[in-house]
Amino acid sequence: MTAGPLSLRATGRGRRRLVVNRLAEAAAVAAAAVAVAILGLLVWSVLRRGAGALSVDLLTKPPAPFGQTGGGIAPALAGSLLLVGLAAAMAVPVGVLTAIHVSELASRRLGEQVRLWLDVLNGFPSIVIGIFVFALMVEVPLPLVGWGHHQSALAGAFGLAVIMLPLVARSTMEVLALVPREQREASYALGVSRWQTVLRVVLPAALGGILTGTTLAVARAAGETAPLLFTCALSGSFVDWNPAHSVASVPLTIFTYSEAPDPQSHEQAWAAAFVLIAFVLVTSLTARVLLDRSRRKLGGSR
Amino acid sequence: MLGAMDVPAPELTLPRTRRLLDRAGDRALAGLTAVAALLSLLVVAAIVWRVVSGAWPALRAFHLAFLWHSAWNPVTSQFGARDLVIGTLVTSFGALILATPLSIAIGLFLSELAPPAIRGPIGTLVEMLAAVPSVVVGLWGIYVLAPFDAHHLQPFLSSVLGWVPLFAHGGDQAESTVFSAILVLTIMTVPITSSVCRELFAGVPHELQEGAIALGATRWETVRTIVLPSVRGGVVAAVILGLGRALGEAIAVTQVIGNFTPLKLSLFEPGDTLASRIANQYAGAVSDLQVSALIYLGLILLAITFVSNLAARRVVRRFA
Repeated sequence: MTAGPLSLRATGRGRRRLVVNRLAEAAAVAAAAVAVAILGLLVWSVLRRGAGALSVDLLTKPPAPFGQTGGGIAPALAGSLLLVGLAAAMAVPVGVLTAIHVSELASRRLGEQVRLWLDVLNGFPSIVIGIFVFALMVEVPLPLVGWGHHQSALAGAFGLAVIMLPLVARSTMEVLALVPREQREASYALGVSRWQTVLRVVLPAALGGILTGTTLAVARAAGETAPLLFTCALSGSFVDWNPAHSVASVPLTIFTYSEAPDPQSHEQAWAAAFVLIAFVLVTSLTARVLLDRSRRKLGGSR
Repeated sequence: MLGAMDVPAPELTLPRTRRLLDRAGDRALAGLTAVAALLSLLVVAAIVWRVVSGAWPALRAFHLAFLWHSAWNPVTSQFGARDLVIGTLVTSFGALILATPLSIAIGLFLSELAPPAIRGPIGTLVEMLAAVPSVVVGLWGIYVLAPFDAHHLQPFLSSVLGWVPLFAHGGDQAESTVFSAILVLTIMTVPITSSVCRELFAGVPHELQEGAIALGATRWETVRTIVLPSVRGGVVAAVILGLGRALGEAIAVTQVIGNFTPLKLSLFEPGDTLASRIANQYAGAVSDLQVSALIYLGLILLAITFVSNLAARRVVRRFA
């Protein structure tokens, strides 16, 4: 045996493999860093520019008449609140009941079908949903409701509800699937009927998760512009709570102000974007924290 | 020995009212939830029906030739979707090409490379960004991204790659360009795709990776031979998910793309997409035929997103 002293240093092929590994790792880190930096920059610049333009007047005053300075976005804030509230009132009951039907009552095949079409609905472009609502509720008079033939908060809210529906239904299904089967069986074993089991055992256990899904859907709906573009775009410059009227909304205000020639409008667009982004980030962050908690709770009791 | 027959049968009947209530309650629950489920399906059907019937006049007037004619003239009522279909595909696939490697890199970074202390915060940041409304991304696109793009990025790219017609220098250094739209869509899809990728990579069984490491594989070799192949289908589905979002995005695109046809060959010129054309012209359409042509655009968009959605499902089923 005349081998020289053992060396742990890689040579030849081994060395090349190590170098390739280093390069790949560096590339992944660099790509991640670039992407995260750009994403961070986006939030930061909205926060910086928006915070600069934010003021009490902005949040509480109606827009200034043409040619004057000052004014605010109060009607848009109220309108968004109205729109999202109405949308949630339409989408949440239907979504939760659909989820109950699919998870608790329906046959597997029907369940698959409903799931498939909810996913398809979730993939529909929101601008197409805007066209649909326009054709359904704005263009033709709707005898059922009596408020037809013009844009209204109701029509806008319906568009937002169509966007929320699959989100609420899918997230509710996910939570219902987490409720342990033993809990249902224990209830049946005690002679409790199906509807009582659903109402008193399954739903209370899943409530946290359902609320989370709803909150995420609300956050999404609050930022949607496209469904409102043809259904709820005309608005006066005052706070209006009548669902039969077309009302202002925060996303649409950002959209129109961002393309307006007047620099003051740009300022207000940034401020409105700040308000919107703050609302969306805070709600979805809270929702995620709650979701983790309710998942852990359900997972723990299994 | 006690026969089974000797035990008195237990009283199995419940109070009459309760049995009635149970039966009514079960019926009511089943009925109510079935109506809700039907309503959900009905919404999908109604959307498709409304879009098809709205597009009908244009379908009858232009047939399928609508797809390969490029004229768009409301005055002479000549409408064609070619440039808009191309615009939609170019912006979406452009975003896909940029976003896919970035998303995989972020996914790998968060699941394999990052120290645990920064995994959580960066992961949350990425997930939060998926929730940023498109109109806000568009606003940022107009005032921050597009100027940077027009005055720094595009001159650089066209000086390096200018011999490729796609990257040829734009005529008047427009700020609103197809390329800006691609960048905006990339920013919107990366958070979606990368958070799915991260979950997929984190779900690969550790035993497999440990086996590869025990055989002397480097970290990159483990990723290339174990992690990526085992979640290939999921990654493809995640990419298609992002693509679906990019295809249908109307607001952010319309804010930065310049809304102009006929399409030019260079990415550094203004353009337009299906969704952004609808967003721009629907409210101000001058004739019924124009409205119908715009809804026809919506129908094309619906078909494209539907196909990509089904493709994603098939991929998941095949590889899962």
